[in-house]
Amino acid sequence: MIAAGVSTSTMQALVAVPIVLPLLGAGLSVVFGAWRGAQRAITLVVLASIVAVSVALLIEADSVGYIVQSSGGWAAPLGIALVVDRLSAIMLVVSASVLLVVAVYAIGQAGEERQRVSFHPLYLVLAAGVSASFITGDLFNLFVAFEMMLAASYVLITLGGRRDQIRSGMSYVVISLVASTLFISALALIYAATGTVNMADLAVRMAELPESVRTGFSLLLLVVFGIKAGLFPLFFWLPDSYPTAPGPVTAIFAGLLTKVGVYAIIRTQTLLVVPSDTMGTVLLWVAGLTMVVGVIGAIAQDDMKRILAFHIISQIGYMILGLGLFTVAGLAGAVFYVIHHIVVKTALFLVAGLVDRRAGSSRLSAVGGLVRSAPVIAGLFLVPALSLAGLPPFSGFLAKFALADAGIASGAWWIVAVSLAVGLFTLFSMTKIWAGVFWGEADEVPMRAPVIDGRLGSPMLMVIPTLVLAAMSVAFSIGAGSLYELSERAAHDLLDPSGYIAAVLGDGR
Amino acid sequence: MTVLLALVTALLFACGSWLLMQRRLTRIIIGIGLLGHGANLLLVTSGGAGGRPPIVATDGSTDLATLADPLPQALALTAIVITFGVTALLLALGYRSWQITGDDMVEDDVEDRFLERRRTIDGPEAEIDDGDPITSELEVGDGA
Repeated sequence: MIAAGVSTSTMQALVAVPIVLPLLGAGLSVVFGAWRGAQRAITLVVLASIVAVSVALLIEADSVGYIVQSSGGWAAPLGIALVVDRLSAIMLVVSASVLLVVAVYAIGQAGEERQRVSFHPLYLVLAAGVSASFITGDLFNLFVAFEMMLAASYVLITLGGRRDQIRSGMSYVVISLVASTLFISALALIYAATGTVNMADLAVRMAELPESVRTGFSLLLLVVFGIKAGLFPLFFWLPDSYPTAPGPVTAIFAGLLTKVGVYAIIRTQTLLVVPSDTMGTVLLWVAGLTMVVGVIGAIAQDDMKRILAFHIISQIGYMILGLGLFTVAGLAGAVFYVIHHIVVKTALFLVAGLVDRRAGSSRLSAVGGLVRSAPVIAGLFLVPALSLAGLPPFSGFLAKFALADAGIASGAWWIVAVSLAVGLFTLFSMTKIWAGVFWGEADEVPMRAPVIDGRLGSPMLMVIPTLVLAAMSVAFSIGAGSLYELSERAAHDLLDPSGYIAAVLGDGR
Repeated sequence: MTVLLALVTALLFACGSWLLMQRRLTRIIIGIGLLGHGANLLLVTSGGAGGRPPIVATDGSTDLATLADPLPQALALTAIVITFGVTALLLALGYRSWQITGDDMVEDDVEDRFLERRRTIDGPEAEIDDGDPITSELEVGDGA
């Protein structure tokens, strides 16, 4: 433990802001549905305020450890506790910044944002759901937060109402609902065994259960959140559904939604159940298979967005690898990896949106020679792509290095070898995109006419957000030292839940 | 009583899972509904044996040990509302799908078919789709 303690009332009041503010904004946005300017202003102001509040929460959480608020004034095991610790605060800051940047991109793009009144309210509800998932300290409330996020995503993914969107949206909705049903069943079983849904209280009471029951619960929760995170063998829905959504929506889904699942896995596997060797081995195997299958799936694809979607899966494997080691170094690497991956993946999907607009398609066989006709887009692709593949000096290299180092320290040689080989294949995929989209000639005629405007090749409002995200990923590698130390402190908290339990339940128990 | 409810839950889960495997959207939606009911029933059952009075018993006693646990019921109510909303959305999606395709079968994935076609053009692995139950079922959907 570095610093344990509960924060003062001023900061406690801020804890609920990232949930309440976007919901209020969504309501206002519906009222102002006829005025697009007002809707845009509401979205940007709300998201910018959340970024500010999240940064304040991160600074406070990093200095005192935990900020706890009991909603409605009901004390912890009975009421719903909202808890911000270092991990939640980090996730809040990154997710809020990415949501803000992508909102600007969506405004710059002539697409669903301009055609549908419901885009802005839904986007804000999604933001509220994501924040709520990070902040809540109650397992049932986590379910509600997931549903809030997913309900918004169901509509966003099918917003255009096109044939392919309905088809893939349908499978997305159905698979998510199956996961939700499993989540309710898991909640029912856990409640029957322990009599509580408060996470801190659960951490105490789960320890009293027989080990076999605990392993059962943790496997059940791993399946529930594994579907959302896209773990092997539960990932099949992901590459089908994500690429058909509108560009900025795909970017947000790819960057954030799967990582909310990863966050839930990290939170439940460290807090609710005492880390055991059995779960560690299971997690490492799942991580290895997820990495390999995702990267091999990407090789067969011909569409830039689908290649990137398969890479989400393989990257999720790295995060689970860090968790499966159950060491401070491993978890710190996993947290660092999540931060890096949210920004880099979102940037890559934004670039795919730029390519799609500039060339009329994102299919490798229908696009070519963009390095000459749109050098800015090529440059914007290069930075996050090399970072994703893990080349020095980019943030991806540092994240992978941290994980490999942790793996070697724990003696898990085979998983380190797998992860390095997968990194090589990732580089291969990125080279394939580069050779197909930016070099060479198009073999086929794209289905839509390309849009060519200005020297940047695309509107400023689409290029600048992408540039900001690429710059953020570079900033991560420059400030890697302090960022890694922050991840390390978060990892310490995760592996020693006594501080979390004491902060939520009060020291008097 | 609890055993009976557990059996009903199992039955709902079994029927729901079976319907979920079908290729017709309407059946899938009904399957999701059944699965949701099963999960909610399980949630209510987790509160303990039935037949206990809520809040105050008829003889006026407020002894906590004899009263029903209100929390799982509140949780189940929340879950029911969410299931209701999402089922409505699913029905709307199913209707839209029917409007577009004129059929309520689940279509094949376009990208998968594209890759399949490329493989048949490219190489000798073309004979893979002969007699394979999965691919031949895919071809049935092709006609839609």
